[in-house]
Amino acid sequence: MKLTLRYFGMIAEATGRTEEILNVSDQIKLYDLKDQQIKKYKIQDPEAVQLVVNQDLNTSTVLKEGDEIAFLPPFAGG
Amino acid sequence: MDKKKPKKVFVKGAIPPEKIATSIANHQSKTNIGAHSIFLGQIRADEIDGKKVSAIDYSAYEEMAENVFHEIREAAFSKFDMTCCHIYHSLGQVKIGEICLFVFTSSAHRKIAIEACNYLVEEIKAKVPIFGKEIFEDETHQWKVNK
Repeated sequence: MKLTLRYFGMIAEATGRTEEILNVSDQIKLYDLKDQQIKKYKIQDPEAVQLVVNQDLNTSTVLKEGDEIAFLPPFAGG
Repeated sequence: MDKKKPKKVFVKGAIPPEKIATSIANHQSKTNIGAHSIFLGQIRADEIDGKKVSAIDYSAYEEMAENVFHEIREAAFSKFDMTCCHIYHSLGQVKIGEICLFVFTSSAHRKIAIEACNYLVEEIKAKVPIFGKEIFEDETHQWKVNK
């Protein structure tokens, strides 16, 4: 299935891009995807990285075709 | 009516002081208001390892951020008896001494306006996906994290 990944702030800096489309196995879980991308781009402090599926923080770990997964660093508004 | 309409929160660059003055003036016709509370976030010239911050470059997961701002605003309206509520946040570069966040609450009485304003600021800092790159005078940078 195809997923759109979006990167922000210091994560976008580590990946060198703000967005990419990945073709992954239909069985992939959210935490597997997180581990995979963190290793691929050597993202620092993985515990501080929050994943959001289709803009919903209370998301399930099951992914489906067309989902947008955002990799968010700690918030710094205000 | 006022509370249901999603409003655009993001402003490009610093929030001009004139915008704050105009916002206040725009409420003079709403004579059921007895108290306003205003929070202004200003860029601080922090010094980190001997380097001085000269600006913060804000970015955001904009679509989600606008939705979260809307939800926070709705929650504030259901918790507090406000007459109105306005939120503006900068995107892009804001220099030290300039304003990056403007929260404006109004109510019949001061206590509600003040409590609602505090609630909104804390919620914004905790829940809105906004990211800040602290730019130093020597043009190096580091990423800001809310405490």
